[in-house]
Amino acid sequence: MKELLGIKQLSANEIYEILDFAEDMKKLILKREKCSFLRGRRVTTLFYENSTRTRTSFELAAENVGAYVNSLDVSTSSVQKGESLIDTGKTLDALSSDIVVIRHSKSGAPLFLSKNISAAVVNAGDGANEHPTQALLDFFTMRQHFGRIEGLKVAIIGDVKHSRVARSNLWGLKTLGAEVVFCGPKTLLPLDMGSLCTVTTDPVAAVYDADVVMGLRIQLERQKQGMFPSLKEYNAMWGISEKLLSYAKPDAIVLHPGPVNRGVEINSDVLNGEKSFVNTQVTNGLAVRMAVLSLIGKELG
Amino acid sequence: MSTVLIKNATLVRDNLKEADVFIKDGVITKIGRVDRGADTVIDGTGKHLFYGFFDMHTHLREPGFEGKETIASGVRAAVKGGFTDIACMPNTNPVNDNKVVTEYILTHAEKEGYAHVYPVGAITKGSLGTELSEMASMKAAGVTAVSDDGKPVSDGRVMRLALEYADSLGLKVLSHSEDKSLSGDGVANEGLNSEICGLKGITRAAEEAAIAREMILSETLSVPVHLCHVSTRGAVELIRFFKKKGVRVTAETCPHYFALNDDCIVNLDTFTKVNPPIRTEDDRTAIIEGLMDGTIDVIATDHAPHSAADKNTTYEDAAFGISGLETAFAISYTVLVKSGLISLTDLNRLMSVRPREIMEVSGRLREGEKANLTLVDLDAQYVVDSSKFVSKGKNTPFNGLTVSGKVTDVVVDGKVKLSDGQLV
Repeated sequence: MKELLGIKQLSANEIYEILDFAEDMKKLILKREKCSFLRGRRVTTLFYENSTRTRTSFELAAENVGAYVNSLDVSTSSVQKGESLIDTGKTLDALSSDIVVIRHSKSGAPLFLSKNISAAVVNAGDGANEHPTQALLDFFTMRQHFGRIEGLKVAIIGDVKHSRVARSNLWGLKTLGAEVVFCGPKTLLPLDMGSLCTVTTDPVAAVYDADVVMGLRIQLERQKQGMFPSLKEYNAMWGISEKLLSYAKPDAIVLHPGPVNRGVEINSDVLNGEKSFVNTQVTNGLAVRMAVLSLIGKELG
Repeated sequence: MSTVLIKNATLVRDNLKEADVFIKDGVITKIGRVDRGADTVIDGTGKHLFYGFFDMHTHLREPGFEGKETIASGVRAAVKGGFTDIACMPNTNPVNDNKVVTEYILTHAEKEGYAHVYPVGAITKGSLGTELSEMASMKAAGVTAVSDDGKPVSDGRVMRLALEYADSLGLKVLSHSEDKSLSGDGVANEGLNSEICGLKGITRAAEEAAIAREMILSETLSVPVHLCHVSTRGAVELIRFFKKKGVRVTAETCPHYFALNDDCIVNLDTFTKVNPPIRTEDDRTAIIEGLMDGTIDVIATDHAPHSAADKNTTYEDAAFGISGLETAFAISYTVLVKSGLISLTDLNRLMSVRPREIMEVSGRLREGEKANLTLVDLDAQYVVDSSKFVSKGKNTPFNGLTVSGKVTDVVVDGKVKLSDGQLV
């Protein structure tokens, strides 16, 4: 694997290769051991949006596979002074970064960076486009629980319209043969995606017989932008509750990319309940990111 | 006294007919068989001669954005593309909302001596959408129409007053019809492709709601209105409906709206980013239908040149616009005429006749008219190479495309400005 810009471009074999590698990485994590696939290599995290969790996960993953890690603090760097993405990328090249992990608010920013620098680029989330390592850790979690991904019904509920997590999951789950249902009020649903998956406003229909129920974070500013009248009303209609979950398969699991707004997109009892795999997802995220960095490291010149 | 003779060209008018055209002191003095010589003789054998194309919608960028285009480069790019006349939009810096800017543009354009430039004034002061600009003063300085291009007038009452006031002066309003409250900060046509890419969408409703408002105002007030860069099926259907009712509405579209559909955005090529956005295949088909049945009057370029840096960024951050002057004819000919959808006579109507009628500028291919002429070789097939553009804006989604129809010679006011594809 040369880089990871999105799930859309990956074949089923490529996804499984990452997931298989991540199984080994997870064993290392549980044994508190490390490996050295990236020994002598430099991984730089370049986060234009704050995300402590994802950034920490990537930095720990890079350390666990033996890389030097540094992060460019965008809030204090010359990026604030108007340095363009392209110039920042060139600087990282000149400082001999081997892999740049980028989070950016604009869709396509990782692709753009990749076209303009020689370091390998890993997308840590771009606009509403993709968040490939999040989707991979979701797939990993599903496969660990069910032993397969093909044939699963996955209901994704929340702000799908603005969600890169939803898109990355859709591309991968389609490729792997799972069924995807998007659900939320129409103000938070993509307009024209009915040809790609089921899109419904009815949470019961979405969750009915589902194997996986995934909540998406509701950005609180969406309410201020008028996309729904109140958090309370959102929760009453589309929040993931024990009652809603009762329509899913008995062994269904609940996922969420975090951080969770308790009592908005997921009720606390569900989050703390036995169906919730939210904390497992975090560990799996570390394993998946170790796998991604290692597989890219294998092909570094 | 200078004379130019174009021999054996096929003249494109209401019909196609081979003839010689003799030009003396800038005026077409004879069409027919001409046996005498001339200072300059252009061999038109096998080629087609149009009365010069007129672009109702160009951005020359000067004053203020000379890194994107200058009047000097813009009028040359126009001639290279076969346009002897261009109307330039007022979104310069300062905005062309007063006679000083109008005079600046005209003085510089005349000094260059390539395409004629018709400055379009701003509808409101600073294009801020609140107070009407001094249209009469600008008209006296040479403005031929007013527009809100790029910064649409959102307030319905202001647009009403603008339509009434402009019509009092005989100025046409060229409306950039976009409801910004609906288009927001979108960057691509809202639909499957924008959803796939995670790009913020621009709903077709933003265009259609706005053109509906303009046409209803036009009908209510009995004043004309011209609609810029129409891009959706709904817009074409609305225009057809209001035209049938007798409302004095005219409309233009641009080559990228009938040559491309929004599948082209999925690789995030920022050269496909334009406002209104490139729409779906269904819209593209409707635009062609509108061109075929006369619902759409004009092909304009919306020539929007940008510097490399303006486009070399993410799709969302990139500037809107396509550099269109040097590809408009070939794209139109290839997509519409060569494929058999419309005739050369239709193309002449769309690119030469109707723009002049709407802008109330005289000029036809007949004796006694000013010699503004465009000679094209329809059989010439070539690959679009933006690095060879005369325009400073190399931002075209058509780079690398094989097209037919090459502008070989252009005469402006009787002077040869393009000879065998080279600027003179």
